[in-house]
Amino acid sequence: MDFKKYLNQLNIRKECKKYGLSIWRCPQFVFMIMGVIIIFSTLFTYAISSKYIEDPLLISLVVIFLTWLLLILSYLVTQSFERLAEASRMKIEFLTIMSHQIRAPFANMRWVTDLLLSKKSGITNNKQQEEEYLLILRENSQRLEELINKIITVSKIEQGKFPLRKEFFTLKDLIDKVILEFKSYAEASNVKIIFECPQGLPKIFGDVSQIREVIENFVDNAIKYTKDKGEIKILLSITNKDRDIYFEIKDSGVGIPKEDQKYIFQKFFRSKSAMKHQTQGSGLGLFIVKSIIESHNGKTGFKSEEGEGTTFWFTLPILKNKIKEKDKITN
Amino acid sequence: MKNILFIEDESVLQKTVGSALKQEGYKVISATDGESGFNTAKSRKPDLILLDIILPKINGFEVLKKLKETPETKDIPVIILTNLERISDIDKALESGATTYLIKVDYSLEEIVKKVKKALGEQ
Repeated sequence: MDFKKYLNQLNIRKECKKYGLSIWRCPQFVFMIMGVIIIFSTLFTYAISSKYIEDPLLISLVVIFLTWLLLILSYLVTQSFERLAEASRMKIEFLTIMSHQIRAPFANMRWVTDLLLSKKSGITNNKQQEEEYLLILRENSQRLEELINKIITVSKIEQGKFPLRKEFFTLKDLIDKVILEFKSYAEASNVKIIFECPQGLPKIFGDVSQIREVIENFVDNAIKYTKDKGEIKILLSITNKDRDIYFEIKDSGVGIPKEDQKYIFQKFFRSKSAMKHQTQGSGLGLFIVKSIIESHNGKTGFKSEEGEGTTFWFTLPILKNKIKEKDKITN
Repeated sequence: MKNILFIEDESVLQKTVGSALKQEGYKVISATDGESGFNTAKSRKPDLILLDIILPKINGFEVLKKLKETPETKDIPVIILTNLERISDIDKALESGATTYLIKVDYSLEEIVKKVKKALGEQ
């Protein structure tokens, strides 16, 4: 079985096509070429040194040293080619996913308008049906707007043009607002949201709209990937010797398979298990979340078990200043 | 009355395309994921199958493969209706036995209905 896998790997042409690069830039091919170069230079070194050096031990030392040097060099070269290839592959994947995600709402809107305009359908005679279709139009244009906003946000982040407008605000109030925003979506998905928050938590100094986007992203994902009747639990607390605020959102959803976990925060990454349950989704949300949290000097991460649910968390530092005492909220 | 099985997870499309086809006098059976789509095809043997590729559970390519491997369903014409536009996807679908490959954004509802009629041998 394993032998077959190696034979497939050797089908270098096919592997390289995946990256969309010419064969000279493809890491597998480069590795093969380097291997051939090493073999030849080892033989060559041996031939040359045995001509000029008498001592066999010295000959072997020279050969070993040169081979070892070449091995390290080829490792470094192949590594950088691999990174290039990976970047190229992600660009291709982006185009495929993005063009699909952008076209889907377009097709929806086009056909709904076709139906509304067609005299044969008689839909305009039925006020209720007409309204239903108009709502679909609105929903899809919103979907498109959200997607485009996410793409623009990602561009801004990458170009470093994502400024923070910092102010003091209460994280609890923000979370309450987001939960309200998602109330109808949660109810429609038969999911209950529970929010636990101790009293007297200090305020956060950060960009309210960006942190709001982070929470919205987490809540949206939690609802999206929880099948049927489920529960989402949000927790706030203080951690790290009173230096950070800790936010946690736990769902009883589909979970993230182990092999996908290390890619979860990458741009455009969508786990195959996610695609199986929910075909819409840009793969940009978590990338944006991580960038926002890190620009606030916080940390984010998750724990997940496939089929059992996922817990996402983030921490934000509490600014120590004299105003803190006055700003402590009391419930 | 001819039966058309529409395997598509987006409810908007089930509504719009389904509506347009019903107006033409066809009976439309809906399936919203690959697995139930294949099972429905096997049990109800429709006259035509409209198949999306990006589907929950099993994707359109796998459904197509299963359909062509099963004696009860292998002769049912299949029209792929998707937004995937890579040449490799188109080739793959046509090689696996799909009758036609339609990219959603390129067609109006009327044109889709025309293609369905053509595949069913009516004009």
